[in-house]
Amino acid sequence: MSETLFSRKNMKLLSDPLNNSNPITVQVLGICSALAVTAQLKPSVVMAVSVMAVLAFANVIISLLRNTIPNRIRIIVQLVVIASLVILVDQVLKAYVYDVSKQLSVFVGLIITNCIIMGRLEAFALGNRPWPSFLDGLGNAAGYGVILIIVGFVRELFGSGSIYGFQIIPDSWYIANGGFYENNGMMILPPMALITVGIIIWVQRSRNRKLIED
Amino acid sequence: MDRNSNTYTFIYAAVMVILVAAILASAAMSLRPRQTKNVEIEKKQNILASVNIASNVDDADEIYAEKIKNQYVINSKGETVEGEDAFEIDMKKEKAKPVEERLFPVFECQTESGLKYIFPMRGAGLWGPIWGFVSLNEDMNTIYGANFDHQGETPGLGAEISTSWFQEAFKGKHIFDSSGKLVSITITKPGQDAPEEHSVDGISGGTITSKGLEQMLLEDFNSYEEFLMKKKS
Repeated sequence: MSETLFSRKNMKLLSDPLNNSNPITVQVLGICSALAVTAQLKPSVVMAVSVMAVLAFANVIISLLRNTIPNRIRIIVQLVVIASLVILVDQVLKAYVYDVSKQLSVFVGLIITNCIIMGRLEAFALGNRPWPSFLDGLGNAAGYGVILIIVGFVRELFGSGSIYGFQIIPDSWYIANGGFYENNGMMILPPMALITVGIIIWVQRSRNRKLIED
Repeated sequence: MDRNSNTYTFIYAAVMVILVAAILASAAMSLRPRQTKNVEIEKKQNILASVNIASNVDDADEIYAEKIKNQYVINSKGETVEGEDAFEIDMKKEKAKPVEERLFPVFECQTESGLKYIFPMRGAGLWGPIWGFVSLNEDMNTIYGANFDHQGETPGLGAEISTSWFQEAFKGKHIFDSSGKLVSITITKPGQDAPEEHSVDGISGGTITSKGLEQMLLEDFNSYEEFLMKKKS
């Protein structure tokens, strides 16, 4: 009870998912959306923010309700909370960032099925107080978002020659304009996202020996 | 109260569902005007793009009101139908009706190089619907501009139909041949023989989308044929 808001234990909830227990690279959850929306940086960022909003609020709501939820329907209650938050996010995106919501199309709706979210509700929010649950939600969504943004960055740079929609590779480099360079069309397709995630996992494990299983 | 009793579970579920429904319904209602506005602005931008006028989210309304001078609805016989708002016609619904009952919107745009006629079109790509707007010069034969969009074609392949290099190729092509027959525009593969003024290059790896687009153009120009003939003569 006497624990402070930003105690070391609470901060660990935020930082752990970024590395040691990253939802994508260590727990291998939420891969589907990580492959699907990361062809460009902008949808990746919007997806990361959307998941963060949904996960943090769902964690808090479930944590507040945790002592009232009938055990037999707890999964249904969790799903109802997630689904309503996702629909809210979808409606807000459609109203305020219409072009991005068009790009993300069905993937916003599919946040509902993102295993990271239910996983955190079931494993953390049901047994913890709202504040740690909130931090846990933020941390896990950030861990997910960081990977999405890295993958989106790499794929957009090599696949379209731009970053966040701004052209980075000079026009004069392209073969079409007499240069030597061509965008790699493979980067736009989902398989390269999987390979990029694989490379991230490789780099992460070679730097963080704790993650290597015997 | 016993949290595991049936009564508690039922009441809990019922209250939760009613609460959630109320929240979602009110959110959907309060955001609805903005959402319909977004869809409307996108349509206006697409219509303007088909006559080669660039617009953004903020000025689309204004430019549209200034440039699109006239809009009306015709039927498959090319006769004007009164009492319909051309902008509100949903091509998806029209396409589901038998040809004789379909309504076709026509938009007229005054540009520096004369009056242009804009025709909405809709067809099927590889993964889902494709649609667009094609504008013709006053001769009702030369394409002035085209704009296509799609729901879920493959990025880099079929999705290229919504990029400018593909759409640029349509400019200046003719949809009627020298004998006055409607031939529409063919989308060709390398090596395929087709008269240049009636064809554009297809997309490598996007053959099915290209074919779908070709089919859409042919079908929809055909539906407008009576109207085109009337205006030509």
